[in-house]
Amino acid sequence: MKKKLYSEAIYRLLIIVIAVFSALFVGAILLLIAKTNPLTAYYVMFTEPLSGKFGLTEILVRAAPLMLVGLGIAISFRSGIINIGGEGQILIGAIFGTFIALTFPDLPPYILLPLVFIASFIGGAIWGGIAGWMKAYLSVNEILSTIMLNYIAFQVYMFLIRGPMIDPKEVAYGTGVPQTALLSKNAWLTRIIPASRLHAGIIVAVVLAILVYIFLWKTTIGYKLRAAGAEAKAAKYIGVNVKNYLVLAMLLSGGFAGMAGAIEVCGVHHRALESISAGYGFSGIVVALFGGLHPLGIIPASAVFGLLIVGADMMQRSVTVPASIILAIQGLIILAIVSSQIFFSNIGLKEKIMIKLKLMKSGDKDDT
Amino acid sequence: MILDFIIGIISAGIPLAAPLLLAGLGEMFNQRAGVFNLGVEGIMLMGAFVGFLVVLTVGSPILGLLAAIAVGALMGLLMAVVTVKFKAQQGISGIGLFMLGWGLSGTLFRVYIGGITSITGIKPFSFPLLGKIPIIGEIFFQNNILVYIAFLLVPISWYVLNKTAWGLKVRAVGTNPQAADTLGIKVERIRFQCIILGSMMAGLAGAYLSIAQTHIFADNITAGRGFIAVALVYFGRWKPAGIMWGTLLFSLAHALQRSIQVYGINFPYEIAVIIPYLLVIVVLALSYKSQLLGPVALGKPFIRGSRE
Amino acid sequence: MSEIISKLEMKKITKKFPGVLACNNIDIYLKSGEILALLGENGAGKTTLMNVLFGLYQPEHGKIFINDKQVIINSPSTAFKYGIGMVHQHFMLVPNLTVVENVALGLIGKRIFKLDLNKVRKRIEEVSKEYGLSVNPNAYIWQLSVGEQQRVELIKVLCLGANLLILDEPTAALTPQETDELIVLLKQMAEKGRSIIFISHKLNEVKAVSNRVCVLRNGSLVYEGKTQKHSVATLAEKMAGREIYMPTLKEKSQANSPILEIKNVFAKGNMGTMALDGLSLTVSKGEIVGIAGVSGNGQKELADVINGISHIERGKILLNSKNIANLAPQQIINKGIGYIPEDRMHEGTIPSFSVKENIIMKDYNKKPLSKKMFLQNSIIEKYSQKLISNFDIKCPDNKTMCASLSGGNVQKVILARELSRKPKMLIAAYPIRGLDLGAAEYVHEQLLEARSENVGILLISEELDELLDICDRIAVIYEGKILEILDRDIATKTKLGLLMAGIKNEKKAI
Repeated sequence: MKKKLYSEAIYRLLIIVIAVFSALFVGAILLLIAKTNPLTAYYVMFTEPLSGKFGLTEILVRAAPLMLVGLGIAISFRSGIINIGGEGQILIGAIFGTFIALTFPDLPPYILLPLVFIASFIGGAIWGGIAGWMKAYLSVNEILSTIMLNYIAFQVYMFLIRGPMIDPKEVAYGTGVPQTALLSKNAWLTRIIPASRLHAGIIVAVVLAILVYIFLWKTTIGYKLRAAGAEAKAAKYIGVNVKNYLVLAMLLSGGFAGMAGAIEVCGVHHRALESISAGYGFSGIVVALFGGLHPLGIIPASAVFGLLIVGADMMQRSVTVPASIILAIQGLIILAIVSSQIFFSNIGLKEKIMIKLKLMKSGDKDDT
Repeated sequence: MILDFIIGIISAGIPLAAPLLLAGLGEMFNQRAGVFNLGVEGIMLMGAFVGFLVVLTVGSPILGLLAAIAVGALMGLLMAVVTVKFKAQQGISGIGLFMLGWGLSGTLFRVYIGGITSITGIKPFSFPLLGKIPIIGEIFFQNNILVYIAFLLVPISWYVLNKTAWGLKVRAVGTNPQAADTLGIKVERIRFQCIILGSMMAGLAGAYLSIAQTHIFADNITAGRGFIAVALVYFGRWKPAGIMWGTLLFSLAHALQRSIQVYGINFPYEIAVIIPYLLVIVVLALSYKSQLLGPVALGKPFIRGSRE
Repeated sequence: MSEIISKLEMKKITKKFPGVLACNNIDIYLKSGEILALLGENGAGKTTLMNVLFGLYQPEHGKIFINDKQVIINSPSTAFKYGIGMVHQHFMLVPNLTVVENVALGLIGKRIFKLDLNKVRKRIEEVSKEYGLSVNPNAYIWQLSVGEQQRVELIKVLCLGANLLILDEPTAALTPQETDELIVLLKQMAEKGRSIIFISHKLNEVKAVSNRVCVLRNGSLVYEGKTQKHSVATLAEKMAGREIYMPTLKEKSQANSPILEIKNVFAKGNMGTMALDGLSLTVSKGEIVGIAGVSGNGQKELADVINGISHIERGKILLNSKNIANLAPQQIINKGIGYIPEDRMHEGTIPSFSVKENIIMKDYNKKPLSKKMFLQNSIIEKYSQKLISNFDIKCPDNKTMCASLSGGNVQKVILARELSRKPKMLIAAYPIRGLDLGAAEYVHEQLLEARSENVGILLISEELDELLDICDRIAVIYEGKILEILDRDIATKTKLGLLMAGIKNEKKAI
């Protein structure tokens, strides 16, 4: 039995490694098309961030929002609903949090920060909940609605930071950069390593990841959420109100993305500005899938993609290939991961490969 | 004045419908065969970029369009391998393809072009005589050639789907692939063909934006039009005519929104821009009942021997 | 038209699936004009063997000969070319296409453009005339009844020029009378020189229709010979490999106090029509009441409304004289109704959940399995281990996904969960469908034991044998009403069959 589990784990690891390598291989071709030597580009991308304090802390700075968005996406996928709206939910969360922080600048941090996070959670939850509600009660395809809500959120967000919530200084100086005023220090997350941008948000994210794990697998509500996602018919019969649980899943999913907005505002920029999200809504999907839709997998996954994103920035500087290539590579990784699922779900294929790799003898049968 | 305003909106709206129509009809073939291709947005972006680049360097709009169609086919092939061969979850695969197209077109744009440049591309032309008819001429006979092609594809798509042997196979594959399989129809091959055909049309739709509509390329130039096209397939109940009405509704709303800005009516720009996206959500909510009429096997990979 | 198949041979066919040897070195042959029955339990390898012949699966070993020439059949279209046609157990028709279009699909082959539906229509008319199979070629499949759909399937394979017909469990959804008609038709076809392979696990039909029988067990051919030489009982023994005594009811139920009373219930079905149309029925404690009927006459809706999955429009459902109609499913569960759903993979269990998680499906939010929202893992662990051993559920461990268990074991998970909750009333919908005889025997034993513990049981089934074996009374459902209730001593297949077809005044007819 133990040996079986061991070879099972090796197989799993092998498939994922192959999937990632094939994505990177196609990525290398794309880099060639972009007139870049893929070997130097990848070398910079994967090693440079690890070679100093700046890179290492930056990885974690990126990992925190990725982890939160990824957790939210894991909750929604586990509940049978595909939330592509992280991007919009981050923005709405950020603006809700910023509003609270700007309105009550004098509250002590231990009150203000929780308030800001709660507000961000609510903002993201509303944005996700709309899509959830429409999915549950109007059968609106959630992928399309969340994408549309992304575009809408962006415009609403821009309208607010360009208009009603713009930094008065920008108006006074006539520069007109779309951003809000700087938050009072009471709303700043503590920097945990001096002379870096690494803030306490990463700790918040890890704690939340553990809570999500307990929530999904150790509580009755989590059981119901997963049941509703895995088999709506059976869940309905045992008394789970599947529609309401869909909405709940999207509220939570949106809420987590919203908190990622708060982390960026309170931890990194200390104000709401145009490029607050930096594509975390989409990268979060990759993180969630890469982490096996499991909170404890998402923790390391978010570090891996934090590395990639920081690496891509460094690559842009030293190899002069635009950092946007990382978006394409992430797209390839998604395609590779979803394609690799067949090697787990098709038991015949899996056996054939495992026998070839000598992870299993041909006589071994599944004891079922 | 009012009449001019209305004519202005209609004549501006019709060419705006063309890219949505091209992409929407392409997506219809995908979905009728049972594949939900959300990568349309990414394919359009690549089509827009490659088409633009070819026109900029070679100068020939025809070559630009062909290049866009070819890059669409290539991305369709990737989508088909992932969703048909590897039987991957279609919705997420589409998002992956979208990110690929978005990231790659943005990167290559910065590498090969760098900044905003404009091209001549394809210009509208006026039909002799017909174009001079008041009102009607302005609305119908002063467009670029791709607009006519797009609208001509509506009856052609209908005919292909309903009156040809291939169309019958497509409809069967999207509804009961197991049954089609037992009749010797190659389910996977039909799905490959539909995805690639649909993606070629999406590539063309993208090129329309850069070559025929705006004459520039900018990062994320499609601004969600690919996703809107997918939504319109639901709205049009998987029928070419229905999709055409949907695209017209959209493009007229779009033209109206532009006119409002042009006429200087005091309205925040961002709110006006939201309108089409809101409209998609409303349209999806209104067409939810029609989903029962859709291809039953939509979104489900075909696995021989499984009953579902 | 392809060449007449005067002799078909399948030699040493072996087909493997992960963990299963579906066909092991099987030899069968068939001559023109012959009806061969392929008999075996579920999972014996009948369908796999035929899918090999039809080109859907490629065997690991073995050869196929037609008229002494070796052929390689690697796709259904090759099978058609050789004149082999198959009617699958689950009809292979595209619901939103017309009859003509469905037939045309098989005829167009590699063609891309030309689609001449008139020619196809003519061909359909010829075939339907020849065999007296009437059907409206322009009707959409979804408009047709199950019987009509089967006719379309037959017409389809005949239009495609099949000389050899494979029929996989063709009577599964037919009334006894429709079955008789089909048997007559098949004999006619055989007389005209066509050969037929008839797959079934129903012994009476095999006896009635076939000239020769091949019995498969666990993927091997265990017997081959003339049908008439054997009785139903000996065939059953060959099929199961041992003598099987399906448990039957010995003594009549004494209990008389009603546990479940359904009074004049009206409920809408999926299509918005009245699927239950004034249905009334009473089940007493310690009694098994069977519901017989052709599927689609309200059985599904009946099970759904009793369990609160869908609502009733009018009427009453009383459990122990208290109305439970339109309560939430959970409330009904708590009042003591157990349910073995028809769809055991999607309604009875959550396939991607572990055996453990499926066992606690109805009690996860009750003490002691959970406390204040938190699942109590150690208690759940012990509880699930106990049930797994009590009900002899075969699984590597309690963390195994239900999806990877066999049908019989999934049903045991459901039985374990439902029966260990000590229900007052149990609804069992098609509890042995698709199970092998051993598992079916086990399910029936469990139901009878529950009956002896004074549980009222409502058993919905299409298999008349099952109902006649273990029911105290059998109610026939027709178009959403109970047409008649027969006591076990007077119920016969003929009577039930006529009632299932909606014919009530059979007394006069006989």
